[in-house]
Amino acid sequence: MAAKVGIPRTLFYYVYYPMIETFFKELGVETVTSHKTSRKILDDGVREALADACVPVKVFFGHVQALKGKVDFLFIPRVVCLNGKTIYCPKFLGLPDMIKHSLDGLPEVIDTRIDVRDERFAIWKAFYSIGRRFSNSKTKILVAYLKAKKTLKKYQKLMLEGLTPEEAMLALQHKKQRAPKTGSISLRFAVLGYPYIVHDNYISVNMLDKLKSLGVEVITLEQVPMRWINKAKLKIPKDMFWTFSDRVLKSSYHFFENGGVDGIIHLTAFGCGPDSMVDKYMELKSKEHPQIPFMSITIDEHSGEAGMFTRLEAFVDMVRRKKEAMADA
Amino acid sequence: MRKVTFPHMGHSYIAFKMLMEDMGNEVILPPRPSKKTLDLGVKYAPEFACLPYKILLGTYLETAAKGMDTIVTSGGSGPCRAGHYAHLHQAILRSLGHNVDLVCFESPKKHPIDFYRKIQKLNSARLSIRSVIKAIKRGWHKLKALDHMERLSHKIRPRELKKGTTSKVYRQTQAWLDEARTHEQIAEAEAAGVKAFQDIPQDPNRSVLKVGLVGEIYVLLEPASNLEIEETLGHMGVEVERSMFLTGWTRDNLGKGTEELASAIEAAQPYLPELIGGHGRDTVGHTVLYSKRNFDGVIQIAPFTCIPEIVARTILTKVSKIHNIPVLTFFLDEQTGKAGMVTRLEAFVDLLRRRKQYQALEQAAPT
Repeated sequence: MAAKVGIPRTLFYYVYYPMIETFFKELGVETVTSHKTSRKILDDGVREALADACVPVKVFFGHVQALKGKVDFLFIPRVVCLNGKTIYCPKFLGLPDMIKHSLDGLPEVIDTRIDVRDERFAIWKAFYSIGRRFSNSKTKILVAYLKAKKTLKKYQKLMLEGLTPEEAMLALQHKKQRAPKTGSISLRFAVLGYPYIVHDNYISVNMLDKLKSLGVEVITLEQVPMRWINKAKLKIPKDMFWTFSDRVLKSSYHFFENGGVDGIIHLTAFGCGPDSMVDKYMELKSKEHPQIPFMSITIDEHSGEAGMFTRLEAFVDMVRRKKEAMADA
Repeated sequence: MRKVTFPHMGHSYIAFKMLMEDMGNEVILPPRPSKKTLDLGVKYAPEFACLPYKILLGTYLETAAKGMDTIVTSGGSGPCRAGHYAHLHQAILRSLGHNVDLVCFESPKKHPIDFYRKIQKLNSARLSIRSVIKAIKRGWHKLKALDHMERLSHKIRPRELKKGTTSKVYRQTQAWLDEARTHEQIAEAEAAGVKAFQDIPQDPNRSVLKVGLVGEIYVLLEPASNLEIEETLGHMGVEVERSMFLTGWTRDNLGKGTEELASAIEAAQPYLPELIGGHGRDTVGHTVLYSKRNFDGVIQIAPFTCIPEIVARTILTKVSKIHNIPVLTFFLDEQTGKAGMVTRLEAFVDLLRRRKQYQALEQAAPT
């Protein structure tokens, strides 16, 4: 019987899942993901995690509990640094430890450390040490790793073209093409925020769909090419040292300076440490560029749909009216 | 002349003041953080920035009103967000119309040239390199003496006969050290301080509890931000041992590192093998060490939304269980009130005292 590896459907899921899935599939290991975030998952997480933790961490706790008992291994790697420059939030670095020391009765946790600053080929070495648990053949692991890398490239390309992570994953399996767009599109917003908040429909309170139904085309972080981000580089006194925050902030600088969108929404979680900095920088920048309206929305485990919808509607109305007034003038 | 200020962090301002003045700058002394400081900070800081960020912003705004034009502070390279604080402070101050200069020291190990340039920027008196090094050494000496005084105050306060004597003596020794300007004078003031502490009437028979204090550096070091937790505990008859002093921290980060840190990292290894920024790993490690040294309890203090301490807190639950040591955590923010904190401390201390009595009884009469 094939071993089962559980992968929580949150945090890195949206960024790397197809890669991980391919890797394990090539090694003959079955991957099991938790269900989409639901009230139950969130409640389970809130119960076990520390009250002061942010929603994404609480949700992660919930997803892990949903997988408990169904799998032989839990895949929670300690991802420190992947590009040689920026690292991840301290909560990501301590994630496997937080899980191991607060939940009981867990299956074995695969908590391989990945830090490309340590040595050359660190990512391959990390994958090799993961693969060793399931296969003795180095070639087999290498082939699986290369295939996984290829999948990741394809996946990133699909998202760059405008597919959401979910759509891109379906497209990778040649299942379904993207759904036809609804309503008439008249506005373009950049919704900037971490993938695990923006693309988790439950914690983002369905924000992307709401915007679509209001006739807004949405650009998310995945659709911002790296060359735009690298260009925005020199304009910030000191680079953010967290990977996602760095990308969010630089993307926002790009849109503020080069336009291309009618509005920018920063979606952030209550109590998010890095975002307290990012949001303030965005706010200061938005004052320099008043032609692009900016709004910051904070979500937590108590976010209500109605409140969020009202704010979105008001913002969209305001931007639309402004655009019409500008067109008339 | 440059009018400089720096963060108010415990008693370290006494040493920094001398160093900055020796280098030919006018020092706008940062006031002790007060309600007003915090209100100013809260008004202009991002909502979820941590307490130290808000206090520092308030301090800078207060000193800017007095004509301060240069902020001297330290940077950092993450993963704790404090590494970005200085630049964001400057950006906010500028947006409020205070055009202040920023001298933000990064690790001299990683950026030696940058470090040298920044020293020269502050060298208004055009001292030779040798004199600068001498001035830094004098400042370091003073800082060590100040830390020594603080350690003594922690030790003696729970045993004093008349409540408040130690705090009074402690303030007096700080004043003495503030006046000392040469190595000889500093040594003299330190010796006089030790003598003054020893002269405090003490009750040798009092049963004193020992509690370790762990957590985030700023709230540990600045009594105004932690609502004088050490003094409060001292008056309850608790001897406090703090896991962090500025001299120790400096040695860990700029020098070879202290043995204390090495053993804390080792102790934290089974629970948190990764450096998660800030002092998360030290918090876990020191808790383990305190339990091995038979302390009665550990108190963790951290600012609200502090990421590394949240990770540490999550793990401490397990550490507390395995090592059988009670842990109390305070997440401090601008809403924290002293009375509430004192009540929680009283309850905790009562619990520790009773626990100790039971343990003594059990040992006396084994069944």
